[in-house]
Amino acid sequence: MKARDLPEVEVAHDTVLYLDGVTVSFDGFKALNNLSLLIDAGELRCVIGPNGAGKTTMMDVITGKTRPDEGKALFGQSTDLTRLSEAEIAHAGIGRKFQKPTIFEQLTVFENLELAMKADKQVRATLLAKLSSAEKDRIAATLEQIGLERASDDVAGLLSHGQKQWLEIGMLLMQEPKLLLLDEPVAGMSDQETERTAALFLSLAGTHSLVVVEHDMAFIETIARKVTVLHEGSVIAEGPMEQVKNDPRVIEVYLGR
Amino acid sequence: MIRRLYGPRGWAILGAGAFAAFVLFPVLNLAVPPDSAFHLSAFWVTLAGKIMCYAIVALALDLVWGYAGILSLGHGLFFALGGYAMGMYLMRQIGREGQYQSELPDFMVFLDWKELPWQWWGSEHFLWAMALVVLVPGLLAFVFGYFAFRSRVKGVYFSIITQALTFAAMLLFFRNNTGFGGNNGFTDFKRILGFSITSPETRMSLFVLTALILVSTLLLARWIVTSKLGRVLEAIRDAEPRAMFCGYDTVHYKLAIFTLSAVLCGIAGALYVPQVGIINPGEMSPANSIEIAIWVAVGGRGTLAGAILGAGLVNGAKSFFTVAFPEYWLFALGAIFILVTLFMPRGVLGLLQRK
Repeated sequence: MKARDLPEVEVAHDTVLYLDGVTVSFDGFKALNNLSLLIDAGELRCVIGPNGAGKTTMMDVITGKTRPDEGKALFGQSTDLTRLSEAEIAHAGIGRKFQKPTIFEQLTVFENLELAMKADKQVRATLLAKLSSAEKDRIAATLEQIGLERASDDVAGLLSHGQKQWLEIGMLLMQEPKLLLLDEPVAGMSDQETERTAALFLSLAGTHSLVVVEHDMAFIETIARKVTVLHEGSVIAEGPMEQVKNDPRVIEVYLGR
Repeated sequence: MIRRLYGPRGWAILGAGAFAAFVLFPVLNLAVPPDSAFHLSAFWVTLAGKIMCYAIVALALDLVWGYAGILSLGHGLFFALGGYAMGMYLMRQIGREGQYQSELPDFMVFLDWKELPWQWWGSEHFLWAMALVVLVPGLLAFVFGYFAFRSRVKGVYFSIITQALTFAAMLLFFRNNTGFGGNNGFTDFKRILGFSITSPETRMSLFVLTALILVSTLLLARWIVTSKLGRVLEAIRDAEPRAMFCGYDTVHYKLAIFTLSAVLCGIAGALYVPQVGIINPGEMSPANSIEIAIWVAVGGRGTLAGAILGAGLVNGAKSFFTVAFPEYWLFALGAIFILVTLFMPRGVLGLLQRK
């Protein structure tokens, strides 16, 4: 199936992502064990859990990098994520930020955003692509949103760690995704940068659905509305931050340490 | 990062090179009488023509290695296949003028074959031979690349497999019953398109044609790397997973550039064989393909111009060494590679640009 032929994913209804009984095992070790998760449209969901709880594997399943042994992964009403390639899933509207910022280090900030921009991404179309003024405006708007308008022509590899994180978030936004997966987005950021990132996420929620995996509890508390706690590949608690924080099982496996 | 590709100075150098190839060489070789001090002998024309063929190969490798980050150590194979396709046509052009005065190429008579094997079908037609020059390397690269890239073979593993591929092909072509002249390959060509292959005019025509194709290849490659496609290739080189999650099907991209690169090598091989007058399986030896990578590394990868420069410098040095100190050439080559890797990671061009 060609990526561009995919039907538009319908997210006007409630659910944008639906994982049901997902199990992934690596040589007998169950990275995900019957995991179920439901993300509503426009929701900002935080996912926490100790190391090895399966947070990154969960993202791998959603983005097509890892295929589940069992279970369903649906995007919108009907898009079966377990059957699509990474590129097709990206076209369908899921953007992913990695744990370690991955940007195109040798290209400029502007070019990074240009490549990420939603467009026909077949080889021939890319060879003949010309930037329209509307597209340039979009890149400029995103540069402003992520606070990198002055760094537009800088080589991305020379940015500070926090700026790289923002650039990567900006690249996700250029893809016009419906669902953003953010793996430790504030790792290595200063307090001020973290604050700005929190503001950015809150402004995105509503128009986008966001799933944030993070270790920084202070950050989670500023943005969290609903929190999911993973442990050994399964959900052990889910609800508002206050409730989760006081859950005895959560305290035992994670917060108490 | 070289975004400039190229400033006014670059274009001036390209213009000067084109002038030398299209005007200076023909005039000095053909119009100036042989006894004049300004006469350019056939030796230099052939040497320069040969190096230009190598430069096309280096450009082709720079596209896949310098830009897309795929280090192919099997590009010599594509070059040789293009050469063999041209060689088949040249063998058929010999007609009955071979040693055995047979319609069949000499080596077939020698092997006591009574008719042409199936691979030789249509080889007397120039256009079919030209189609093979493009199709054989292109198809092989496409099929090989499809399986390699789809299985996500990358980095040093890809390099090793390409070495194995060219080695396997060399062993295959060494066999007499493969039908391509075994270890002797093809030689003793007489004519191309009916013109004597050794006449000064034919030699100069081939030289000018090679220069024309080298310049076209450079412009084509420049167009590709300055387009958005070029930036996607660099993106794949620097962070392939990110490129995939941006929605680029990286297999298609790698396959496209790898196949194009192989086709360019095939064309270079087809230009090389009539000028040098021989093609044999030695061209497929793994060391040959490694040498191509050295040209690109010496010149400076990811710059295009560096590939041409590197091919010129290394082969110029090789011509000098193999005449002056034949036994030391491989040592010199190794030393060049080590020195460049240690002290000039961006190659000679990187060194020039810093100033």
